[in-house]
Amino acid sequence: MAKRIDIGSLSAYYGKFKAIEDISMTVEPKSVTAFIGPSGCGKSTFLRTLNRMHEVAAGAHVEGKVMLDDEDLYAPGVDPVAVRRTVGMVFQRPNPFPTMSIYDNVAAGLKLNGRYKKSELDAVVEKSLKGANLWNEVKDRLNRPGSGLSGGQQQRLCIARAIAVEPQVLLMDEPCSALDPISTIAIEDLIGELKKKYTIVIVTHNMQQAARVSDRTAFFNLAAVGQPGKLIEIDDTERIFSNPSVQATEDYVSGRFG
Amino acid sequence: MTATTTLPATEQTDALGIHQPRLPKWAPAGIALGAAAVGVGIGTVAGLSSRIQWGLIAALLFVLASYAISATVEGKRQAKDRFATSMVWVAFLLAVIPLASLIWETVSRGIKVLDAYFLTHSMSGVVTIQPGGGVYHAILGTLEQVGIATLISAPIGLLTAIYLVEYGKGKLAKAVTFFVDVMTGIPSIVAGLFILSLWIMMLGFSYSGLAGAMALSILMMPVVVRSTEEMLKLVPNELREASYALGVPKWKTIMKVVLPTSIGGITTGVMLAIARIAGESAPLLLLVFGNPVINGNPFDGAQAGLPLFIYEQWANGNEASYDRAWAAALVLIAFVMILNLVARGIARWKAPQHR
Ligand SMILES: Nc1ncnc2c1ncn2[C@@H]1O[C@H](COP(=O)(O)OP(=O)(O)O)[C@@H](O)[C@H]1O
Ligand SMILES: [Mg+2]
Repeated sequence: MAKRIDIGSLSAYYGKFKAIEDISMTVEPKSVTAFIGPSGCGKSTFLRTLNRMHEVAAGAHVEGKVMLDDEDLYAPGVDPVAVRRTVGMVFQRPNPFPTMSIYDNVAAGLKLNGRYKKSELDAVVEKSLKGANLWNEVKDRLNRPGSGLSGGQQQRLCIARAIAVEPQVLLMDEPCSALDPISTIAIEDLIGELKKKYTIVIVTHNMQQAARVSDRTAFFNLAAVGQPGKLIEIDDTERIFSNPSVQATEDYVSGRFG
Repeated sequence: MTATTTLPATEQTDALGIHQPRLPKWAPAGIALGAAAVGVGIGTVAGLSSRIQWGLIAALLFVLASYAISATVEGKRQAKDRFATSMVWVAFLLAVIPLASLIWETVSRGIKVLDAYFLTHSMSGVVTIQPGGGVYHAILGTLEQVGIATLISAPIGLLTAIYLVEYGKGKLAKAVTFFVDVMTGIPSIVAGLFILSLWIMMLGFSYSGLAGAMALSILMMPVVVRSTEEMLKLVPNELREASYALGVPKWKTIMKVVLPTSIGGITTGVMLAIARIAGESAPLLLLVFGNPVINGNPFDGAQAGLPLFIYEQWANGNEASYDRAWAAALVLIAFVMILNLVARGIARWKAPQHR
């Protein structure tokens, strides 16, 4: 189910502006990889190249390779819509569909992409909500609007929505930065559960969070504002936080800049 | 502190200089009453026949008295504040009076002949100088003409707006936006003349409700495009991205996520556009022509319509026709009012819920 991602010399542009330059790394399956680095160094941009969401922005394009097992996501003839069904995404701000009930939010990915029997949908909704640790809190009000939940619950609803389509990889862009500490812990616990089944990539601004949830950590940096962001190093999380091989990484994780 | 505040302001120990005498709360209302009374008094004594003159004198007195009284009691800065406030009130009344009197006039004059008979009968066989007859044929015509105009312009307007907001970039979008802007400014008589020359004179069709509806849809379309555009722009981009990230194609994202989120506002916009064209008379005059008998077929032959009916009855120039004109005007206002209420209802009902 979970897949390995191999990224080879990837650069991403917004029009003429090069946001990230020449990034190569491997993301291991069934593990959590954290992206850290100062604001504007291109973490979100890089994350969005991994499910071809980058090109949604006007004028955005990419050079390089992203291999999901042995398939290049940027090979000609690859359908970006199909890629996004394989590589799911959770955003910084919880964004449930405001016109849909909790049930419909979770079922949205299936309902909008095809016809399913009610019993099938019921099963998927229950499984996904359980997978997102939300089932017990919402099982009695599945028909209420999703926007009536608390921020933390909404974010777990978005995770349930993302895993309902059974992706191979789950990308999370600062999923806790709009949440309170308790909801954050709930999501972090959930990430620990999810990595048994999925390959997870998480962008975070919170060093402790990266240390708590991730197996491997990638540190990004940029030379100056207006310069493209680059991968400085990627290593086991423990090493990055105790004994990184690059000085800039040590400075960043110990809070000396950024 | 509580002890000192009960003392009259002048006797207070005012070391900080923060105390000031204030006019009582009822002062503006009192001054307004006084000004109105004096205005009426002056008006009667001077023998001014026009109530408008009385009102203007009262308004002037109100503004001046507010300023003068406040200046002597409260000081200059407060007086300026009172002056501005009283000007706002006068302006507000000036704006409301015409509206209120228009509604009052229409209701009081229109109610006279407005009954079930009036609503269910046409002018067929009615001699215009005699009372009787009704507006049914005109209501029918207006519903059909406005309905067809909506059927034409709502889908086109909606699709245009979707194109502009969701897909449009570059030259074509700029050109479309420009044309919509130009269309917004077309006078209704010009839209009527355009259809007259194209549909009736060049292509040789006869007068019909359809011809009128086509002119109305020219007027309606830019309004629909503009309001729908605004509503679509209000849909947060995050929702579109959430949908794309689930592997939902763009067109389906628009159909199932963007439109449902904004449907309340879009419907309101369309309703208001309908309300705007329902009272247009110039294109109907040229294209629908008017008809005293019931013609339920909008595709063939002259029809009636409410604005047209009002115009015709007024042009007849006798008491019975005036009464009918006012009653029809009341029906038209009620129609527009109902549309507005329905639009509000839909907007509230369809608005994304938050609990
Ligand atoms: N939609 C966009 N259009 C143009 N430039 C963008 C866009 N999104 C991000 N950028 C630019 O790309 C760079 C990287 O941004 P981002 O990936 O959001 O950084 P991070 O997530 O690490 O804070 C920044 O300089 C930012 O201004
Ligand atoms: Mg970011």
